[in-house]
Order: sequence, then C-alpha cells, then structure tokens
Amino acid sequence: MLWEVEILPKHHDPESARVRAEFELLTHRVAPDIRLAARGFLLEGKLPQEAAERLMNELLLDPLVEDGRVGELNAFDEFVTRDGQLRALATVLLKPGVMDPVAQSVEQASRDLGITLASVRTFRRYYAGGPIDADVRQTLFQKVLANDAIEQVIAGPLNLDHLQLGSNYDFRLVVVPIRELDDASLMNVSKSGQLSLSLAEMRAIQAHFLELGREPTDVELETLAQTWSEHCSHKTLKGAIDIDGRRIGNLLKDTIFGATQEIRRRLGADDWCVSVFEDNAGVVRFDENFNVCFKVETHNHPSAIEPYGGANTGLGGVIRDALGTGLGAKPICNTDIFCFAPPDTPPEELPPGVLHPKKVMQGVVAGVRDYGNRIGIPTVNGAVCFDPRYLGNPLVFCGTVGLVPVNRCHKEAQPGDLIVAVGGRTGRDGIHGATFSSIELTSESEKVSGGAVQIGNAITEKKMLDVILQARDRGLYSAITDCGAGGFSSAIGEMGEKLGAVVHLDRAPLKYQGLSYTEIWISEAQERMILAVPPENWDALRRLFEKEDVEATALGTFEATGRLRLRYQDQQVADLEMTFLHKGRPRVVRQAVCNGAARAKPQTSFDGDLGEVLVKILRSPNVCSKEEIIRRYDHEVQGGSVIKPLVGSANDGPGDAAVIMPVLGSWRGLAVGCGINPYYGDVDPYHMAALAIDEAVRNVVSVGADPCRIALLDNFCWGNTDRPETLGSLVRAAEACRDVALAYMMPFISGKDSLNNEFHAAGRNIVIPATLLISALGIVPDIRNCVTMDLKEPGNLLVLVGSTRNELAGSHFHVVTGQVGGEAPKVDMEAAPRIFRKVHNAIERGLVRSCHDLSEGGLAVAVAEMAFAGNIGADITGLGEMDLPEEVALFSESPTRFVVEVTPNKIAELKSLLGSEVPLLALGETVREPRLRIAGSSGMWIVEATLASLKEAWQKPLRQ
Amino acid sequence: MGKARVLILRAPGANCDEETQFAFERAGAQVAERIHINRLREKPALLDDYQILVVPGGFTYGDDVAAGKILANQLSVFLGDQLRRFRDHEKLILGICNGFQALLKAGLLISPDEDGPLATLAQNAHGKFEDRWIAMKARAGKCPFLRDCGLLEMPIAHGEGNFICRAAWIRKGLDQAGQVVLRYVDKDGRPGPFPVNPNGSQDDIAGVCDPTGRVLGLMPHPERHVLPTQHPQWTRKGLAPEGDGLRLFRNAVEFFK
Repeated sequence: MLWEVEILPKHHDPESARVRAEFELLTHRVAPDIRLAARGFLLEGKLPQEAAERLMNELLLDPLVEDGRVGELNAFDEFVTRDGQLRALATVLLKPGVMDPVAQSVEQASRDLGITLASVRTFRRYYAGGPIDADVRQTLFQKVLANDAIEQVIAGPLNLDHLQLGSNYDFRLVVVPIRELDDASLMNVSKSGQLSLSLAEMRAIQAHFLELGREPTDVELETLAQTWSEHCSHKTLKGAIDIDGRRIGNLLKDTIFGATQEIRRRLGADDWCVSVFEDNAGVVRFDENFNVCFKVETHNHPSAIEPYGGANTGLGGVIRDALGTGLGAKPICNTDIFCFAPPDTPPEELPPGVLHPKKVMQGVVAGVRDYGNRIGIPTVNGAVCFDPRYLGNPLVFCGTVGLVPVNRCHKEAQPGDLIVAVGGRTGRDGIHGATFSSIELTSESEKVSGGAVQIGNAITEKKMLDVILQARDRGLYSAITDCGAGGFSSAIGEMGEKLGAVVHLDRAPLKYQGLSYTEIWISEAQERMILAVPPENWDALRRLFEKEDVEATALGTFEATGRLRLRYQDQQVADLEMTFLHKGRPRVVRQAVCNGAARAKPQTSFDGDLGEVLVKILRSPNVCSKEEIIRRYDHEVQGGSVIKPLVGSANDGPGDAAVIMPVLGSWRGLAVGCGINPYYGDVDPYHMAALAIDEAVRNVVSVGADPCRIALLDNFCWGNTDRPETLGSLVRAAEACRDVALAYMMPFISGKDSLNNEFHAAGRNIVIPATLLISALGIVPDIRNCVTMDLKEPGNLLVLVGSTRNELAGSHFHVVTGQVGGEAPKVDMEAAPRIFRKVHNAIERGLVRSCHDLSEGGLAVAVAEMAFAGNIGADITGLGEMDLPEEVALFSESPTRFVVEVTPNKIAELKSLLGSEVPLLALGETVREPRLRIAGSSGMWIVEATLASLKEAWQKPLRQ
Repeated sequence: MGKARVLILRAPGANCDEETQFAFERAGAQVAERIHINRLREKPALLDDYQILVVPGGFTYGDDVAAGKILANQLSVFLGDQLRRFRDHEKLILGICNGFQALLKAGLLISPDEDGPLATLAQNAHGKFEDRWIAMKARAGKCPFLRDCGLLEMPIAHGEGNFICRAAWIRKGLDQAGQVVLRYVDKDGRPGPFPVNPNGSQDDIAGVCDPTGRVLGLMPHPERHVLPTQHPQWTRKGLAPEGDGLRLFRNAVEFFK
C-alpha cells in the first residue's frame, strides 16, 4: 500500500518565495503564479489509513503552522484556499538511490510509534494559481524547481507502485581482456570504463598482467585506476617535472615537504611537528595532553553540479579526515573558503549546463550550514572570492581542526586485525568520484557524472563520531581511516599497504540489493570509516556501536601476505600485489615552462577621487561583509569561541582570524586564519603564493597567535597542468611556499591539490585563475591576551607597523579603478619574521588595544574597517611621512603590515619594543566623532566620510 | 560542592552535551553525566539517581520533519511517565534550544488540550538559521533556574525558535500563570523588533517554564556564556568574572543544597 501525506504551510512559505525569486533572477521576467509549495511523504507499508493519519498527526504535521492531508497515492492534485483553487503543477522527488535523510528519520520515528513502514520517500509539490505557459514551465522544470543531478520533476500523477529499491544481483566475474590490445584499444578501455588512466599507465598494467599470464578483472582495473588517480596519488605534484632545462624529481618533496623537514631539523628539540604529510591530516603539538590536527580539502567538481550536496559531502569528508587522523581526533572547528563567479553575472552569459553563481553560492552555503550545524562543529573561519573565471568551476574548500590525545596520534594495523566497516551503508553513490574529480567539467558533466554527486547525512556521521571517540579512548582498535574518494578501495588499500588484506565484499551492509562486487568496492557512499580491530576487541567494539545504533561489520582481515585479495561469495574477484598497486604506477615526467615574471608595465597615474575609490573597494565583492553567510553557520557550538568571525561594538566587523579554546577551561588557545588572493596570480604566481602565506600569518598574528607556533596548509587549485606554462606557474608557487616557510620557520603540515579546474562548453574554455589557499593554525599561549580589530576608544594613537611600497599590481585599487601596471607586492623575507615577532610581543605585553592586518584595499580599507567595526572615528594625518603618491599610501597592498591602536601612555613602550628595525609610522588618532578623515601629503583631507556611510557600502552588497 | 547530580541526555544529533556538562561542573554539580537515550530507554530507573535532567542543544535526528519532533515523540512514548514523576518529585528539567523544542513538543512544558498543542516553535520569521548574541530579561517567578537573573546575554543559534501560541488567550494565560519567564530585550532591557527579537517570537518569548516552574525551556544557549571569554565583546569591555549563563546553572545546582 502506498500512502501520500501532504503538509502545506499555513502562512510562511519560503519555498515558493524561493522559486519565484530564482525564476526572476534567471529570466528577468515576472515570476509565474506559484502560490504554494507543499512538502510530502510517500509511505509504503501494510498499514490502514488510520495509521497513516496517526503518523501525520503525531509526527509529520505541526498543526499550528501547517495543514496536512492523507490519501492514497495521487489523491491530491488541487488545493482550495480562501483565495481560490490552486492546481498542482509538479512534484519533485529525489532520484532513486539519492540519500534522503528525512525519509530515513521518518522510518525510524514511525517505529517509535509502533508503526512499521517498508519504505519512505519525501517529495515537494508546487501549486499554481492559474495556467502556466509552456516556456515558463520548461524553465521552471529544468532550472528552478529541482536540480536534475539529484532530483526529478514529475508533472501529473506519480507512476509508482513501490518505493523500495534494489533488484537481485547474480554474481558473474567480469574479466577485461587487455593483454592483446594496441594503444588505441587500451585507451578505449580506460575511457569507456571512466578509469581516467593514461596510456603509459594502461601499458604498465598490460605489462603487469602479461607477466602474470592472465587478464585483469574489472575490479582490479578499478582498484588500480582509483589508487593511481590524480585525486588519490597526486601524481603531478609528486612526479618529475622538467622545467627550463632542470629536472625536479618530486615537486612536493623538493619544495613544501622539503621545507618542513628542514624546519624540523633546525628546530631540533623545539620541533613541534608530530606527524606531517603522512596521515589524513597534519598533526602538531598543542599542550602536554593534546595535539591538534588540521586538514583542508577541496570539493570543486561535485559542487559545480550540485552545490548543496557537493559542499555538504565536502565538509563531511574533511571531518572524517580529522576523525581518521592518528587513532581519531575530535573535530573542534571547521573552515570554509569559496570562490565563485560574481553573483550579479547576467544569466544570459551562462554557458549551457552551468548553474547561476548566485544559486551555486546559496547551495554551497546551505550545504555547509546544514552539515556543520547538525554535526555540531563550529564553522569559525572562511573567505569568499569572486572572479568571472570561476563560472563553470567554483572552488569549495572545507577544513577541519581536530584535537587528539598525545598518546593517540599513531596507528598501525596489525596482521590478524579485522577490517571493520562502520557508519553508513554502501549504495551506488558516487561511483567514480575519485577519477571524476580529476576530469575537466563539460556541459555534459551534469549528465555523465550525476552518479558522482551525493547528499550527506550529518547525523549518521555524528553518531559514528560519538562512538568512535569512545572506542578510541578504550583502545579498541589499532588503526582507523576514512572512506573518501575511492571508498573501501582507497581506505582498505591504503591501510593494508604494508600488510595485505582479504576482503569479503558480500559482507558489506548495503542500502539496497543489486550492487555488483565492483560497485561495493568503489562506492563512495558517505559517512563510512574503516577500523582495524584486534579480534579480541571485536565483541566489545560491536557492543559499544550497537548501543548507539551505529552499524559495524567485519569485512575481512589484514594479513601479512603483501596482497590485496577480494572475494565475493567465496570466489576470488581480485588478487593484486600491494607493491604493484602502490608503487607500480609509471613515473610521469611532465613538461613545464616558466614564463619568468612578466615585465612590469609602468604604473599609470591616477587623479580621481580617493574617497570614492575607498567606497568602491569596500563594496567590492571580495572585501564586502560576509555577515549574511557567517550568521548561517553556528560558530559557537562546543563552547570554545574566544574571538568570533564577527567582532566589534555591534558584533558585525570583520575579524582577522578566529580564536578557539580547544580544552574548555584552559586558557591555551588556537587561532585559525587563511590567505587567498587569485588576483596576484595573474601577475606572478611566485609572489601570489608568498602573499597568501603572509596574509594567513598576518591574520593569526593579529589576534594573538605566537609566530613561533604557526603551522601552514596549502591547497592548490590550478587549471590543466598538461599545459607547460600552467604547470610552470604551479612550480613557481610551490617554490615560493618553500622559500617563505623556511624564512618564517613555519612548517607546512598538510596539503592537497586539485588540478584540471577548467570548464569547456560551446566553444568556450574557461580556466580558473591559479588559486592557492593557505590556511594557518597558530597557538595562542594565553587567550586572555587576544585582541580584535575594532577600534576601542577615542583618544588613542594609531600606528602603522611595516613598510609600504609602490607595488599596486593585482591590488584592489587596480580592480576597481581599471588602472594597470606596476609591480606585484613582494614579501620581504628578511624583515617579515621580525615584524611578526615584535607585533606578537606587543600583544602579549598588553600594549595593543586593537590590531588589524592590511590586505585588500591596503591602509585605507583597514582603517575604515577598524573604525566602523568599533564605531570610533579616526583622523589619519601621517601619510605625508611615507613619501609615496597618495593612492599608493592609501591602497598599496604591501604585505606584513598592521595598523595598531595604542593608548597614549603605552606608545613609548611600544616604540622601544619595536626598536629601530621594525618600521613604525604614526598615523593619527582615534576620535569620538563617528567619521573617518585621511589627510593627504598637502595636509588637506582627501578622504572624509561618516562611519555609517562606509559601513553601509561594505555591508550592502551581500545583504539578502 | 553541591549535591546535585545532573543527567545530560544524549541522542543522535545532540551536540551541546559536552559544554553543558562543563557548565554544570563549573556551577558545582556533584556529578554531571552524559547518558544516551538508548540507555535510559533500557533502564528508565536510572533517572532516580539524578536531580536535574537536561535535554541539551543540537539537531536530534537532523531536525528532520521538524526541530526536536522525533526526540519529543521518544520522550513521550518511552519516558513520558518517568519524566512526569521526575518533575513531581521536586526535581528540575532543563531544555536548551533543541531541548526546548523537544520538551515543548512532548507536552512537558505546556500540556496540550483536546484541540492539540497550545504552542509551538516554528521557523524563524526571517526563514533562516541564525547565530547571534541577544539579551533577555528574566522574570523568574517560581522558576528556580532564573532566581536573581535580571538581564542575561547569550547567543542563539537556531532556525526554528519562533514561539507561536495557537490563540491570543493562550499566550495571555501563560503570561498570567507566570510561565513566560524569559523575553528578548535590548541591552537596556527594552523590547524591540529584529534583531532584538531575533526570530519573530510572539510577545518576545525566549523561554517558558511549566506550571510548577521546575521545567524550563529556552532557545538561547546559557552554556555558551559560562566563561567570560565567550562574550563577543570581552576585548572591548574587559573580562568579567564569569559569564551570565553560569548563574542559571548555579541556581539549578543550589536548588538542591
């Protein structure tokens, strides 16, 4: 029996408002008369109508704000309101097999009421006030009501007789003959199987099986493809590169990782790295009881196709990275950084198959919101960048910081340990995500790769997290890792790399029947992890998980055979040598060229109104307030919030970095910040990378992090590195990371790259700007010394720490005025570490009332933000001392600079602390009047504005 | 040390349990334990060992269907009698945010009549989840949690905190019965539109108690303002000795001295 329950809002109906607004955004036409959006449930089971009614009344309906009705399937196609009769326009259902957390909850909650349902599906139904034109319907159906990557729109009755998925699966071993194939046919096997293996790789596999004297099975090929994928093996960054006549053996080792090793060596006994570039996240020391780990991941391609699910599973994945670090870290905060095309992109400019950037942004923010908030991890830091080149290929970075006891930081699976899968069940979700994330997007991506897009279920992950941490503390397992891209294949393959494993794929709990052994092995169903459990602990672990309704299943055993053996119903389906799997990939030598720094064109001169430029920069999308996004995230759950993302007298100013207290009641803190600025990449990738590091470091130092205890993470998002010049720019950026890390003595502890971020359609080829996100994690020795960026009182002095130079290329001054030329800003690697140390000393000694770093928009923007955040005015009169053109003094983005507010009685101490080697310039003073005035070199006011007008310019763009 | 023993109820998706435990420990509770609802379902008599029951914040069961609804059903179906007995034994029950939603929908704060529930917590008037610091004014009456509380600052973080009564007479009745114990106000103690009232709640209601005063539900998070460094403006105003929320927990603990 199939029942249908419809729930209709009585007053407040945000969903139909969304449909109308989105239609107008996409078409610039008046929205059709979509009057009502109902949500509903299809209930399958042997139950009488009274039971379905009881479920509605006791579970599904809130009678104070909603109407509800129950009937047999397709009972309803109209709804009568006071204003007339509404007709059903369409019903939207999730496609079969797409995660439907609400349906799962309803199944469980029905059992609580003593009603057993065989299956549940949720739907949305839209009611219109009158007839709707065919072309409007088409737009609604294709673009507005649903996302066809995961949902289907059905007009008229639903043609369903059951909800349960699945079909029988009859085992049949699939062998793929490759030994006899020529090159073209080998590539055909790779392409038609979506393996994304190169010809050299296919040849290596062919040679291997020729040697073995047999053909590979399909699951063996899939395992190799997944393990050798760019996403899992990072073959470009770890491969050899020929550049300008020299050979780089392993870019990562020669630059970023190499720098970390050198820093650790120099630090000697003071080395605070615990585990770097080897686990799911990098681990550093926190205090005598705990270490902290940090990992940032990208989830770009899924987010382009289904922003909500892409971001949601991206965050879920990186949370599992923390949980899978060492023997399991407790996630204590998240970070989220996004790059989108401008939200005001005209819809007619969208290439086919591309979602509007505003819709992408809303979906991504909602995905992060729902996952992070539900699982109870505060989202404390982030950034949003806009550039038209992110149109078909947005970037979504999600990071998680975890806290792990010092004696739980290392893991090692032992021979004989059981391979235990825990958490969610396995379905056909996300097959080919690992290979897909390395493929460029096309207008066809939506169709061919829909299976790689998923929705997460935060509560499944939260339940798993809760029991894993208990099992960790009881020492019930010897190793743990998450199932990310590549699913069981990557998790078990990596964990068993040094041992060997036998896995019985038919033992995996499935969401529905019908999966082949290969699908089980490579499924990327979310919220799953793998534990290595000594047999003597298996009972205790299983009981612990059962008590909190988390599934745990022994799939097989780690064994010291050096082989990965997969079985299905007692038949062998794969038998691979671990050494071939992990070391057999042919080394690629890739070609790169370095264009050298483009010769700087002369800086054009500027004679416009500098006050207007300030306002334009404040309202530019990269600089403007992100409050509308920040407030959607719970940034205070877990109670550790010390410095929030929004600060100041009205809690709405832009904090430089977040500070949290990881151990409640202990004053030792962590500062989390980031640096990203793709505009500099267009000028010079080397300096862009150096500047991103400097920005991330400035941000955490500004709030009180100790520069001797700052760890860095890199996330490279680049275009197709098959182009030598694109790869060359990646090499230069990586070299900058090495040079700056060494100069600052700040180790990189983890990183991730995402290459091939390009979009091809309708003759257009859009390559993203080379984008490097640097995340910084700094230790704050005593959070009671933290400072924020908002001005505190009138009558204080403002000083500028650091040197300002004439280097405007890539600056926001250029972005908003259309000026060009000049040099890119450069990090002074000799002076910068000293400046950071001195600023930190000043903060520690309580000499600093407020501190803000200078980034986009330079001094003028920094002072304006400090003033309106604190609602305290400022008179800036010290520009003349800089001996620079006024626009340079105001808007130069020279790095390693801070504006510091200091009380008059502390200025002498500050000056003597900074000494002669740290440049310091008296800027002016804070005033009671709510205004900002900046005097030019002649002494005339060149900027004069009320704080209210500056704040409004800064707040307006993303509001609503 | 007080004698109060506190049970903090864990359920799938509850996520403010650890900081609530910390708050009760700071407030001097003898024991504050986090216990899974499955354990309580197996052995409801466990409740007898405790004086204070807390349903903490979070997203139980993902807030699927409606916030707190599935947990509310579990509380009524599996633990209804025990919970009423707990309350009638002069013990205290506290629901914070998702816990408030669950207690209200389970009928433990305001009993339903023959026409159904009298009040609900619906979607915020602006339709969005929001994290924001607010101020509220306590009118403790017979609610021991709020003794001497006056003005309290703490954050809200919810999407469904809009307190709605089925009819105006119900709201007036609650007020007259002294059950409306917390109202959103500005820093000077005056009511106002958004953002002072952050979610559109009728009559600015932020928290209500049951007719005995011993069951309290509130949307804002007192456990997030226990330490002075949790306040958003401590770098402007200096560090207070303690956070406002601690008073509420201490009152609860001291009720059993």
